Amino acid sequence: MTFRPEHEIHRRRFSRNLGVGLVLAAFVALVFALTVVKVTRGNPMAAFDHRLIAEPAVEEKKE
Amino acid sequence: MACRCKGRQSATCRQLSPPLRSCDIPKAPIRGLSLYRKASQAMADLRSFDQEYDAGFGDYFQLLKPRVMSLVVFTALVGLLVAPVSLHPVEAFAAVLFIALGAGASGALNMWWDADIDVIMRRTQGRPVPSGRVQAGEALAIGLALSGISVVMLGLATNLAAAGLLAFTIFFYAVVYSMWLKRSTPQNIVIGGAAGAFPPMIGWVAATGSVSVEACLMFMLIFMWTPPHFWALALFMKEDYHAAGVPMLTVTHGRKSTRTHILVYTILLIPFAVGAAFTSIGGPIYLAVSLLLNAEFLRGAWRIWRRAEVVAEADNYKVEKSVFRFSLLYLFLHFSAFLVEAALKPYGYGGW
Repeated sequence: MTFRPEHEIHRRRFSRNLGVGLVLAAFVALVFALTVVKVTRGNPMAAFDHRLIAEPAVEEKKE
Repeated sequence: MACRCKGRQSATCRQLSPPLRSCDIPKAPIRGLSLYRKASQAMADLRSFDQEYDAGFGDYFQLLKPRVMSLVVFTALVGLLVAPVSLHPVEAFAAVLFIALGAGASGALNMWWDADIDVIMRRTQGRPVPSGRVQAGEALAIGLALSGISVVMLGLATNLAAAGLLAFTIFFYAVVYSMWLKRSTPQNIVIGGAAGAFPPMIGWVAATGSVSVEACLMFMLIFMWTPPHFWALALFMKEDYHAAGVPMLTVTHGRKSTRTHILVYTILLIPFAVGAAFTSIGGPIYLAVSLLLNAEFLRGAWRIWRRAEVVAEADNYKVEKSVFRFSLLYLFLHFSAFLVEAALKPYGYGGW
């Protein structure tokens, strides 16, 4: 199996493609970091949230 | 689809057979015009493959006016840090990033709209669109896309009030200033300055969620500072605003009147700059710095006002140039003083 020689446009556009790629990667990282920050703030989830017999305080909230 | 066959694209046009040269389209007879248009549209796709120069990432970055963005980053950051509510560092970073991106987006929209006058004026000829490196349509697309992204992301990262202010800023700069006022009134700089004055206010709102006296004073500081700053530049940058059809004050009302305007706006600026010292973001350090800076700025404006045009021309606008340089320092040090007051607060020194 032979590969066709790479089109010259790939070489010409390398700077643009690399830049856009890095920007997108940075954007993904930023959104993830923002998500972590916003989700972990406030009342963290507690293990007893998932028990069958919940703590009274939690039980009241659910109603 | 207009083909601009100048500069770097000319090689492509030369390669095509003469009757199909896309540059010939405007000259084509009416009967064949639609055919020519279709041919040129088909070639518009080809051109992206064949053209000699491909816009690199840096060219697109230049569309965002990085030098203006650096000022936006600084003032937005100060507005955000001096606010009484502190954001998580990641949120603060995102807020400043998207405020700067929004400012960049409005810069790209401005370059799309002003491509016709940018090509005439020497200062702006090197911009990506007038120099042919990036097509005007691409600038529009990037400007609109980044506007949307920056507003939505600022809203998600902080709050809707900040996002709304950012959207208004972009609208104000791209539509009110670029499209409407820039070419119709000599007060264009004054009103356009509002767009540059919003970033610290957006930074403040991103942290606190609402506008306050402090945010308004930071806004007014930049807003009133812009006219003397720009007119000092206009006095010595004898540009071809006239040829481009931009009604700069120096062109419409003469240079003598511009000198008076600089002095008047400087006097009007002082109460806002010094007054900020007596709010929650000011303090003794800010007051001292501000008094010194304003005294010097007023002295500079006075000297500009007293000078006759002949004298200024004789020494190559020495005073005007020094006042312009000082005006940059003036703004930078005022915001730095806000920052110092905020930084000293935890140790019991900043503020009153």
